[in-house]
Amino acid sequence: MKYLDEFQDPVLAGRLFAEIDAAVTRPWALMEVCGGQTHSIMRNGIDQLLPDTVELIHGPGCPVCVTPLEMIERALEIASRPDVVFCSFGDMLRVPGRDRDLFGVKASGGDVRIVYSPLDAVAVAEAEPDRQVVFFGVGFETTAPANAMAVVQARDRGLANFSMLVSHVLVPPAIEAILSSPTSRVNGFLAAGHVCSVMGTGQYEPLADRYHVPIVVTGFEPLDVLDGIRRCILQLEEGRGEVENAYARAVQVGGNPVAKAVLAEVFEVCDRSWRGIGLIPGSGWRLTPAFADFDAERRFDVGDLTAEEPTECRAGEVLQGMIKPDQCEWFGTTCTPRTPMGATMVSSEGACAAYHQYRRVDTPVSVRRG
Amino acid sequence: MCLGIPGRVQEVYEARGTRMAVADFGGVTKTVCLAYVPEVGVGDYTIVHAGFAITRLDEASAVETLRMFAELGMLESELGQDEPVP
Amino acid sequence: MAEPWTDGTVRPAAAADIESWSCPTPAHPEQRVVMGHGGGGRLSAELVEQLFLPAFGSAASTATPTDAAVLGLPGGGRVAFTTDTYVVRPLFFPGGDIGELAVFGTVNDLAMSGATPLALSTAFVLEEGLELEVLTAVATSMGKAAMRAGVGLVTGDTKVVERGHGDGLYVNTAGIGVVPDGVDIRPGRATPGDVVLVSGPIGMHGIAVLSLREGLEFGTELQSDTAPLNALVAAMLAVDRDVHVLRDLTRGGLATSLCELADTACIGVEFEEASVPVPEAVRAGCGFLGLDPLHVANEGKLVTFVHPERADEVLEAMRSTPEGAGSEVIGRVVEDHPGVVVARTRFGSTRVVDRPLGEQLPRIC
Repeated sequence: MKYLDEFQDPVLAGRLFAEIDAAVTRPWALMEVCGGQTHSIMRNGIDQLLPDTVELIHGPGCPVCVTPLEMIERALEIASRPDVVFCSFGDMLRVPGRDRDLFGVKASGGDVRIVYSPLDAVAVAEAEPDRQVVFFGVGFETTAPANAMAVVQARDRGLANFSMLVSHVLVPPAIEAILSSPTSRVNGFLAAGHVCSVMGTGQYEPLADRYHVPIVVTGFEPLDVLDGIRRCILQLEEGRGEVENAYARAVQVGGNPVAKAVLAEVFEVCDRSWRGIGLIPGSGWRLTPAFADFDAERRFDVGDLTAEEPTECRAGEVLQGMIKPDQCEWFGTTCTPRTPMGATMVSSEGACAAYHQYRRVDTPVSVRRG
Repeated sequence: MCLGIPGRVQEVYEARGTRMAVADFGGVTKTVCLAYVPEVGVGDYTIVHAGFAITRLDEASAVETLRMFAELGMLESELGQDEPVP
Repeated sequence: MAEPWTDGTVRPAAAADIESWSCPTPAHPEQRVVMGHGGGGRLSAELVEQLFLPAFGSAASTATPTDAAVLGLPGGGRVAFTTDTYVVRPLFFPGGDIGELAVFGTVNDLAMSGATPLALSTAFVLEEGLELEVLTAVATSMGKAAMRAGVGLVTGDTKVVERGHGDGLYVNTAGIGVVPDGVDIRPGRATPGDVVLVSGPIGMHGIAVLSLREGLEFGTELQSDTAPLNALVAAMLAVDRDVHVLRDLTRGGLATSLCELADTACIGVEFEEASVPVPEAVRAGCGFLGLDPLHVANEGKLVTFVHPERADEVLEAMRSTPEGAGSEVIGRVVEDHPGVVVARTRFGSTRVVDRPLGEQLPRIC
């Protein structure tokens, strides 16, 4: 596949590994923010091949993982209603609520449907005017434009039976929360490439300045991740703390202005609780008053539904980079992808699931480079 | 987050006021909404996430990046150090 | 062709393609059957081990985890015996249909024991209201498939259930075959040092079927690889009577087959990711849905473990058949990490390859 395969080339990867090797003079801890980057790292064993002095801490960039428990409970409540068709991205179906998940609701007779795009949910609303069609609008800034367009279309077509349960989360406040945490060990960040395709890179400048940390906008293929790491290491070795774009083919400084304009119309900033981390002020998006009619939380009156996080799950510590998944006492025993305790074990982007899937066995790496 | 892969726009059309496309991903085609990338046309590559094109892929930049990767370590090899042969 | 809807809020056609949407266990164990129990993955295995076998008691003392049971005949000789039920939706898909699957699936289960398939029975559960035209098409397909596989359809049964309970059409086929002398193919024969081969490109059936799925529809020329494998197996046995292991790849993909074999045989498997043939269209389909080709369903492929000294001849024999033309060596059976399958990436690192939990969910992440 063009513009994908080339960025998986093992020979070029070898060059990037060599550059990183040559540049590192002391230990550094980097955080890749995006779950898709975590997936790429784990699947390709990139962390195995980096010098021991470079540590990768997996960040909270998994919107599935960080959707707050109470939002899952609200989704489960709405999906259980007989007049509702509940549409969702596939990743959300296995996220555990207190004692069940959307798959369980489906098994009990709820009409829960997986869609690839939120526009598919709008199509369902149009095709089934006598049902309430609710779309679970989760995601980072990358997914928000798609979700926004769905709401706009619903409004323009007068689809009164459509509504969205919105649980968007924003990356810059999360990075700031990590940076300002006294227990943070992160020296540099690989920022989420596709989030920046939408939002641009400007939001990261104040963070890089204030905390003097490198923030490198990074893509997802192995070469992209390696280049992001390489640039981050170079900055650290040279004492710089700047925003840098290592994904120039898909990111411009100003992002996507058309998308940003629609986002500004449909969403407004709000506080958001991140599962396993807690409340991060100003870290979420909700529908603006102009679109309040399409807010599923209001329509189904579930806004007051709250839920307590179970105290045993240590997903929060994993998400903040304080422990590695295999340092959690439940990892691989009580907590497995089959019986997940927290969301980081559910989505394959979650650090715990990725570790469990790819790293259960220590196998010797006999060939260092491709 | 943000699973998005590059696809090549094969055909552009309008559906109820929204600009749509059929994009080709290495032999698989999918309907994609172009509402957010008015500058993208037939023959262009775009990154697609959840059924939406979120940005045009800058092909020149991609080529340049790959060229830069290929040149890494060239200085070392000129100085006589070992390097894997492509 | 109209899809029958139930009266309830669950929509079977949209929800229930067991081939790929089987549901995993939720956070706490269900006391009811869930879709995942039919998925062929871990949940299915648990249902067998924890419910069926104990309930059957000593009557099932000789039941085996292999695709077919091999039984000695009183007068000498061995037969392989197997059964399978096909509930696939849609009934017709690019490159195949439920009729072909029903015949080839059972033929292949027999072939995986090295048996020469002899005959199949066909049992239908039909929903009242199913168009006879549809039934005819399926049956015609079954007849053609049986001819292609060289097997007879010798007996059968038909039942009809009330409208709303059958989801159109279910087919069960049971098959018997003759196991030649000197052939002993089962997971337990896996030996460290064995070469692992796959009979061709993976992921075709799953992606072809997924492309029709409501909510995902995408365009592809990819067709299901539905095919009988008995001729391929016969060609392999002709050069190596002592093939150790055969397993056809179905739901859960190459990963599931290798993991099951590693588990049952208590051996490790290591393979080179770059050696596994994956068609570009499968990579593309997996790419934008976020699926792993190793987990995507197949219907006309097998994996085999053979003695290293005979691997070259077996590979050549496989490649000489239409169904095995794309065969490749992908790895080795090892003593290390018994029960675990490890892939070596093209970068030189390693990762554990696991079964999918039961579902293949398209993701945004």
